[in-house]
Amino acid sequence: MEGLSATFGSGAMTNHIRDLEKARCIVAIGTNTTEAHPVIAASLKQVVRQGAKLIVINPRRIPLAEFAHIWLRPRPGTNVALLMGMARVILDEGMQDTAFIDERCENFEPFRASLAAYDTTTVASITGVPAEDIKRAAHLYAGTRPATILYAMGVAEHSRGTDGVMAVANLAMLTGNIGRPGAGVNPLRGQNNVQGACDMGCLPDVYPGYQRVSDPAARAKFESAWGRSLPLTPGLTLTQMMNMAHQGHLKAIYLVGENPVLSEPDQEHTLAALGHLDLLVVQDIFLTETARLAQAVLPAASFAEKDGTFTNTERRVQRVRAAVPPPGEALPDWQIVCALAKKLGAPGFDFRHPSEVLSEISRLTPIYGGLSFDCLENDSRQWPCPSSEHPGTPILHTKDFSRGRGNFVALSYVPPAEAPDEAYPLILTTGRNLYQYHTGTMTRKVGALNQRFGEEKLEINPADAIPLSIAEDDWVRVSSRRGEVRVRARLSDINPPGLVYLNFHFAEVPTNALTGAAYDPQTGTPDYKVTAVKVEKIA
Amino acid sequence: MFPEPEKATFDIVINGRAVTADSSMSVLEAAEACGIYIPTLCHHPLLAPAGSCRLCVVEVEGLRGLLGACTLPSEPGMIVRTETPRIQEFRRATLESIIRMHPRDCLICPENLRCELQTVVSHVQPAPVPFVPGPPQLKEVGLFFARDYNLCIKCGRCIRACQEMRGNRALYFLHDECGLHVGTPLGASMDNAACESCGACVDVCPTGALRSNDQAGLPERTIKTICPYCAVGCQLKLEIKNGRVMQSWPDHDGPANHGQACVKGHFGIAQFVHSPERLSKPLIRQQGELREASWDEALDFIAIRLKSYLPEETAVVSSARCTNEENYLLQKLARVALGTNSVDHCARL
Ligand code: SF4
Ligand code: SF4
Ligand code: SF4
Repeated sequence: MEGLSATFGSGAMTNHIRDLEKARCIVAIGTNTTEAHPVIAASLKQVVRQGAKLIVINPRRIPLAEFAHIWLRPRPGTNVALLMGMARVILDEGMQDTAFIDERCENFEPFRASLAAYDTTTVASITGVPAEDIKRAAHLYAGTRPATILYAMGVAEHSRGTDGVMAVANLAMLTGNIGRPGAGVNPLRGQNNVQGACDMGCLPDVYPGYQRVSDPAARAKFESAWGRSLPLTPGLTLTQMMNMAHQGHLKAIYLVGENPVLSEPDQEHTLAALGHLDLLVVQDIFLTETARLAQAVLPAASFAEKDGTFTNTERRVQRVRAAVPPPGEALPDWQIVCALAKKLGAPGFDFRHPSEVLSEISRLTPIYGGLSFDCLENDSRQWPCPSSEHPGTPILHTKDFSRGRGNFVALSYVPPAEAPDEAYPLILTTGRNLYQYHTGTMTRKVGALNQRFGEEKLEINPADAIPLSIAEDDWVRVSSRRGEVRVRARLSDINPPGLVYLNFHFAEVPTNALTGAAYDPQTGTPDYKVTAVKVEKIA
Repeated sequence: MFPEPEKATFDIVINGRAVTADSSMSVLEAAEACGIYIPTLCHHPLLAPAGSCRLCVVEVEGLRGLLGACTLPSEPGMIVRTETPRIQEFRRATLESIIRMHPRDCLICPENLRCELQTVVSHVQPAPVPFVPGPPQLKEVGLFFARDYNLCIKCGRCIRACQEMRGNRALYFLHDECGLHVGTPLGASMDNAACESCGACVDVCPTGALRSNDQAGLPERTIKTICPYCAVGCQLKLEIKNGRVMQSWPDHDGPANHGQACVKGHFGIAQFVHSPERLSKPLIRQQGELREASWDEALDFIAIRLKSYLPEETAVVSSARCTNEENYLLQKLARVALGTNSVDHCARL
């Protein structure tokens, strides 16, 4: 999300889901939409059937590729080069939106200069995408307006994910595809309220509403509202927490509703780090793989047992409603947090209902300023929503960018941290399947979902499998520099030769034992998409 | 900012009553918008009009014959009648031919009281017709929903939902020794590759021919809430009975999903919410083992330990599965109660 903040001033979808219907051209890069965001994929297919052009950029033959007018298959980890190559074509042929660039953006010249090295021949040799296809895609995107770009983890979950996001943003500004219906840059976020968790300041460097911890005025505001002096230094990211725990500097983690043992990269490191803690408190609805390691486990209510709000990927704040009572003594997370805060002697946790929490949020968070349970009862609103009369903001940056002018960022392509070599000759990439969700904490409890998709298999191209004498359903060992997993093989040409694929839903096949080669230097996002591995048949 | 062009509204007259409409509305939609019921079986608000069941016929002054209301655009000054004797007679004949082959076991049908065919029959009041069973049709209980084409009235909604709403082609009209019927290519089971188990076909089916495996009578109440899985944020209607979630449906009014969901939101809710593996008591570790504790004991256990560390030795990890309010409280706890900015969540995207 840092990438969009740096270029536009706001790190969220610029447009909304329905707005997709107005797009004449759609670029879907690094998103396996039919599996990860099925309902968006359904609209996407409709829009394409009604005549919009679709460009799919993905090394894997994902189901959407079947609907694409142009399908580019870059080598994993080379998105930045590809996007810069497309920008270069657009500029060379004068297809840019000069008025938009002059009136609304800045730092264009350094950006133009940064493209010098990215002629199509060079880009073709980096990405493996034929020069002719790079040109065709650039022509189609720049020549068909409005055009929108959808992206997901396939852009961000790289060691240079922030660069990838900025490259996407550059391309959209170059063609004036921002602040208009049917246009935009639209990150599809993964988990249901990940947008809300960020909005609420569950990040080490910002308070709610992206007000920076390093800004003395923001700190003063929260100190006076919360009645305590607040720490000056930004905190640790999750990745840093694991490192500090490993080194013994971090002693206690209070962890709510997450399962890092399966979701974090480099499982061995995560297990060791959590094992070093004095105190691990896990609050969840099930005894997850992580909860089993805890000193204390607190039973939480599920989404169906509590009131509150969720914010979806299009910044839409919607009401969550209690439908049934929680089992046994389980309590909604908000009640547990308040009770614990009181035990710790902290002021300001006397809430009787989540609606009172939302009033405090709206007082302190300008982008949520107009939101209340009352106005969300029969309606949803998209932030920014600064006052209760404000209808919300379906499309961002219509007149000005959140940061004033759109900022072109000069980039240079950095190859993925881990390249295949003799010892680890294949690239592993990871993702999600329609029938499971995240680490399977919830979906693994649903019988039919597991019957439909209950066993992980390594997807491998026959060209890679046959020389290793691997046949369908054979057990194989997949190993990386960090760990290994055992899994059955599935031969398929979804992946090009050289690329293998695993989901990360299953404890039996902890895919993240393998990952973790590198982290994005700006966001700390782990590289889940490029890991060098070796595959061997288990005799 | 980008106002949708205002559609000019005008009046039309239905059964002597002035009704507001605009040029994008069919006569059927104009009637429904003001609560005038016109029976139909093939039409569904989420689908393009098909005009195939011929039940929604109306008469319009100045136009000859009976006209299907679902495909008839509203025009200013139209004078429409929906219940003349001619219309009623035509509807009865049409409906009699539809129900002739439909079994009469409503009372044991899981769709009883939800079935749109029942609603249409009670409005149109066809003459009793003998049951003429056709060739036996496929019955299959799939992983997520069941199909019983003996109950199918061949309205085609399921086929259109799969194509129009989902962009898939899992279902077709087929013609073979069973006559004209709905099915999958080559008769493959529903759990085949072309179907993504989204349930859109189940949602639009007017009869019990397609029904969720979770279906069990009418709910006591229905609660609107948001799907806990991915970040599309589909609004779901949870059906509640005896303090349990029975099944969930995508809400037509959902601002992000407009009546759609995927297999997880549609068929993957009740079982995890009511899983016997749910945690129901606090646990604390003593002598290496987790044991049950009271809330007070567990919170004291945690608070005493947390207070013994320096702020920079503590951290909070919050969740994309918690509400905004809970995430807010978690970062406030980190900053105010523990004195650290070390708060993060698992998925940075
Ligand atoms: S469940 Fe969805 S994909 Fe499958 S047949 Fe029904 S509408 Fe089509
Ligand atoms: S299965 Fe249902 S929706 Fe499909 S044609 Fe038969 S009655 Fe209509
Ligand atoms: S129903 Fe499916 S698409 Fe909709 S929010 Fe839930 S998981 Fe996402």
